[in-house]
Amino acid sequence: MRVALPKPLEIHDLTVAYQQKPVLYGIDLEVEPGSLVGIIGPNGAGKSTLIKAIMGIMKSVDGYVKVFGDSSRKALTRVGYVPQRESVDWDFPVTAMDVVLMGRFGHIGWFKRISKRDRSFASECLEQMNMLPYANRQIGNLSGGQQQRVFLARALAQQSDLYLMDEPFEGVDAITEKAIVDLLKNLRNQGKTLMVVHHDLSTAKDYFDHLALLNLRLVAYGKTEDVFTHDLLQKTYGGKLTVLSEVGSRKLNEKQPTPEAL
Amino acid sequence: MFLPIWKKLKYMLLILVLSKEASVLKAAQISSESDKDWINQAIRFWTFTDPSIQIIALGAILIGINCGLMGGYVVSRRLSMFGDTLSHAVLPGIAVGFMFSQSKNEAVLMIGATLSGFLGVGIISLLKRHTKMKEDSAMGLVLSGFYALGICLITYLQQSPNGGTSGLESYLFGSLVGLSDRDLVPLCFCLSLIIICFILLNKELLLSGFDPSFARSVGLPVDILQFCIWILMAFCIVSSLQVIGVVLVSALLIIPASTAGLLTYRMSQILVYSGILGALSGIVGCFLSFMGERLPAGPVIVLCSTLLFLAVLFFSPARGILPSWFRTRRRGQRIRFENTLKACYQVLESRSFSSQSFPQTALAQRRGKSDAEIEKEIGVLIREGYATRQEFPTEQKSELPSETMVSLTPSGWEIASRMIRNHRLWELYLTKEASYAPDHVHDDAEKIEHVIGEKTVRQIERILDNPQRDPHGKPIPSQDDIDRGWLSPPLVADK
Repeated sequence: MRVALPKPLEIHDLTVAYQQKPVLYGIDLEVEPGSLVGIIGPNGAGKSTLIKAIMGIMKSVDGYVKVFGDSSRKALTRVGYVPQRESVDWDFPVTAMDVVLMGRFGHIGWFKRISKRDRSFASECLEQMNMLPYANRQIGNLSGGQQQRVFLARALAQQSDLYLMDEPFEGVDAITEKAIVDLLKNLRNQGKTLMVVHHDLSTAKDYFDHLALLNLRLVAYGKTEDVFTHDLLQKTYGGKLTVLSEVGSRKLNEKQPTPEAL
Repeated sequence: MFLPIWKKLKYMLLILVLSKEASVLKAAQISSESDKDWINQAIRFWTFTDPSIQIIALGAILIGINCGLMGGYVVSRRLSMFGDTLSHAVLPGIAVGFMFSQSKNEAVLMIGATLSGFLGVGIISLLKRHTKMKEDSAMGLVLSGFYALGICLITYLQQSPNGGTSGLESYLFGSLVGLSDRDLVPLCFCLSLIIICFILLNKELLLSGFDPSFARSVGLPVDILQFCIWILMAFCIVSSLQVIGVVLVSALLIIPASTAGLLTYRMSQILVYSGILGALSGIVGCFLSFMGERLPAGPVIVLCSTLLFLAVLFFSPARGILPSWFRTRRRGQRIRFENTLKACYQVLESRSFSSQSFPQTALAQRRGKSDAEIEKEIGVLIREGYATRQEFPTEQKSELPSETMVSLTPSGWEIASRMIRNHRLWELYLTKEASYAPDHVHDDAEKIEHVIGEKTVRQIERILDNPQRDPHGKPIPSQDDIDRGWLSPPLVADK
């Protein structure tokens, strides 16, 4: 008999609030290993929030997230993360190499020094993204596409099994976009699971084999050909669920008069 | 320059205090009145034989290193304003500490200062969380409010019976007077704490400063690390107060690190440079304050570090203002004479390379410039060894001025034909490969010809399959033509 391996990602009834206002309502989602999932939805639909809630960076009000059958805080080294490019201070005095090495920190552990093996592995990751010639450049001196490649090289250096990426295609040139798509497919073919926030509907169909349509609620999740339909897209992008949002925040405010905002 | 409101407030308060207490500055200088021989004084300082000088010099260096190292993180994490606030917020704590202990007991004063500093920080985060106030306004409010309270308390204490000798005013501007070996203990403690933290938490501090959300995703407690930085900052500020003073201690956190930031973009190097720059400002400032009649230590040390900053800003070889100004100027000169040489080629070309020399007036016509300007341009070429000039008397009409003939030297010829080659190849590349209209390519080529490298030019030549003519039908000199040199000009015009 086959032993059922824990799924890379299991989300049950997840509700997340930001400054006393819920931004995700009762999300249920199970992702099979080796899926390349695009998370799409209008602005303010909670796409980044979903990623952050999975990582445990943002606290959920209700429900739970399981990563490989564990809480995401316990499965840290198995989860790789590519944050939005704007979330970072690009003037910080670090080089591209330093940034990629940061991907190894989860494996190195507290107080310990970076080993030679970590360095050579980081070089390989940079090489894979064609960024090795820029290893010693200050990160702020790179173009937007190059910065994103460095971020992806860092994700590679994490050697994770589940990757969560927040708009990796935002503001990159066409060549970088192609390189990222190739990388995503490559990782999927290695059996990794990827969840990618994406906002360009015209390419979503070609890039991902699964789609999660999100607008405060999970409108639909499934194989791209099944859910990339006119009706479902209409439902996702056809205006916000204003009543749900209003009542939701009222309910939350009564339940917790002074919740600690993140 | 427009100063924020709290800065104005700060200066107003300062003036108020100064006018009331003229002795503030007087108390803050260390050289004694009787000993005025400054050479002897200087020798006495730099030989470090006098134990009291050893102590003040060591104190100033330690403070410089502490603040310099700490500043590396303060500046890169954008905490400069926060450091300024923290340093001002400690003042009421010093006054209250004095009231409690009824003496200048350093330990009590320091505890008071630290508590008061953290009270200020707490108020900032409360204001940020529970009101719509932005962080900078909250900091401004706490900074000026606490500082005002501190000044009032200190002024009051000095007027009270046992306040006259308290020396509390040295906490405003700093003083090296009365620095004892006991005062070095907190400085050494602070330095070792900073070094231990920075070595142990090197990569954690780097990551949490650069990318907090990623840091959280790998499980780093970002808020606790930030708090560590705050604590270290508070220690660093409080231990430096007596020498530098609350008004200026944050400058030592900001200036050496900013100077280091001009020199390098690696965190580890920033820390090292910043520490060295801090120590240097400390010791030099300490010396000047020691020599000066009425110079308070804090401002002098800060002034030294500012001068170091200016020196680096203007003179650092890689990015300094002066060196890059010189580089720009040299490039401008090069482009100018390259353009003149190019025009020379065009004049020769228009005469079908029939002779090696051409009249200077033809060049003036070609360049559309006055004779005087061309005279100057040719002068530059001759000085650089790219051209020679000869006077030929005009034969028929002797009253006319003689004809000036210019000819290019081999090196001048090489540059001229190279420029033409770059220009025409680039024009062809733009029209053929980048689908530019032929009448749109000239201006771009005018700029590119001066910066395009030989490697790229050859690459373009390969891509275009060794072209002979540019989009306007003019012949493109090949590398062989250039190599063959002036003696056999590229008579491609004949082809």
